Amino acid sequence: MMLIPCPWCGPRDDSEFAYGNQAHIARPSDPASTSDQEWAEYLYFRDNPKGPFAERWMHAAGCRRWFHVVRDTNSHVILQVYKVGEWPDPALGVGPANKES
Amino acid sequence: MAEAGRRRGPTGKPRYSILALARNALSYHENWQAAWRSPEPKPSYDAIVVGGGGHGLATAYYLASVHGIRNVAVLEKGWIGGGNTGRNTTIIRSNYLWDESAAIYEHALKLWEGLSQELNFNLMFSQRGVITLAHSEHELKEMRRRVEAIRLNGIDTEVLSTADVKKLVPIINTDQGIRHPVMGGFIQRRGGTARHDAVAWGYARAADDLGVDIIQNCEVTGFLKDGNGAIEGVETSRGTIRSKRIGCVAAGHSAVLADLAGFKLPIQARPLQALVSEPIKPVIDTVVMSNAVHMYISQSDKGELVLGAGTDSYNSYAQRGSLNIIEHQLAAACELYPIVSRLRVLRTWGGIVDTCPDASPIVSRTPVDGLYFNCGWGTGGFKATPGSGHVFADLMARDRPNPVAAPFTLERFKGGYLIDEHGAAGVAH
Repeated sequence: MMLIPCPWCGPRDDSEFAYGNQAHIARPSDPASTSDQEWAEYLYFRDNPKGPFAERWMHAAGCRRWFHVVRDTNSHVILQVYKVGEWPDPALGVGPANKES
Repeated sequence: MAEAGRRRGPTGKPRYSILALARNALSYHENWQAAWRSPEPKPSYDAIVVGGGGHGLATAYYLASVHGIRNVAVLEKGWIGGGNTGRNTTIIRSNYLWDESAAIYEHALKLWEGLSQELNFNLMFSQRGVITLAHSEHELKEMRRRVEAIRLNGIDTEVLSTADVKKLVPIINTDQGIRHPVMGGFIQRRGGTARHDAVAWGYARAADDLGVDIIQNCEVTGFLKDGNGAIEGVETSRGTIRSKRIGCVAAGHSAVLADLAGFKLPIQARPLQALVSEPIKPVIDTVVMSNAVHMYISQSDKGELVLGAGTDSYNSYAQRGSLNIIEHQLAAACELYPIVSRLRVLRTWGGIVDTCPDASPIVSRTPVDGLYFNCGWGTGGFKATPGSGHVFADLMARDRPNPVAAPFTLERFKGGYLIDEHGAAGVAH
């Protein structure tokens, strides 16, 4: 059970939200020259840290907008909430998985 | 394995039998031998298994019993069977859609059928049947198709009408006006349950008897590699332990170990919850699952109703999930089995499952020579325990997968040969 602070609606129970998994994953910019290994990584391989994790959430039962959360996957403590187009605090050490985004 | 009972490993354990029970009763059961030793780790082993759950202990047992590799250590960061082995809802079945899955889960089920005798340990394996419900016309039609596919693989399964379900499960509500009406289902009669703790203990005792060192409270904190990048050993909370053959069977923590070894796995750690009611007299003598409402039910020998739920949607290592999952599960339980509505919940818990993009496991070599991973069993690993250990021991011993394990390679995500068991598995797992 978590209280997730939606940047637009304020703190709400996690049952109101949909999960979008790891944030900042960019589609390969040149599909024609992307290798099978790179496609596999884009499609199936995601970070899965025990600790701070930058992830996407959507306030499904509220404003229905996507936003980002840095959350500790071991303690469920929410360390940062930020909007689409913004970046995680470098001090949290969860830099974007793919710099292209 | 008729000789299994007479095997004598280095520890020369006496067999469990009715005579042993009677003999020990005379001394008030105070003189039973410890089921396994608690040795100090040796500096090196022929093989190391990281993870002392059912799958890891089974791997160690088969390394020793089938492949003759007895200088083996099982490293467990907590206590054996304390992770998902002790947290699942103990359901066993092999009615999977795809040939690859049917082969590995049926391999496991066949091992289950003789396992109590082989291990000389009562696993309380009970083939009480596993029913999967259909709640819509479409689901029922898809189920008929799946049943035919499963039967073609030689696995027992049959379609049930609503009346058949009611006969087998008298407490079920077959009113067609409810939110998720029972429109039929299918059953695997050879499916059932087993006592989960006993599986870990039985394998531990048998492996220990063959010389395997079971080392608890020993967390792996790093991997050692030689100049060519091949595996050489592990750093642990109890010092360095060397081996050129290491198998990781760490379920929810597999990705953490892969990070330490320097590669990524297509795995996400998610909480999976379950609960039990207060104990009541026997009301259900089979297992009933429902894919549409993510709820499954059976009754333990103690009388508790065991109810499994679906996974939470978010990544977590916290071994707890959100309450709304349990609310959803109990709403479905009360509708389908109205008599449970006044029962109290005794306890709820969560385990961390290693979910794969195609809901199938990874039993594979890795980019590191000599390092093998057995993971990704996700929400349905318990049923596979003997088969998983059996094929993984084969992979570790011979450095090449056997035909049953070969499709479950890590390479399949690159090649596109996914084994998509989402829904096709017949469940919520």
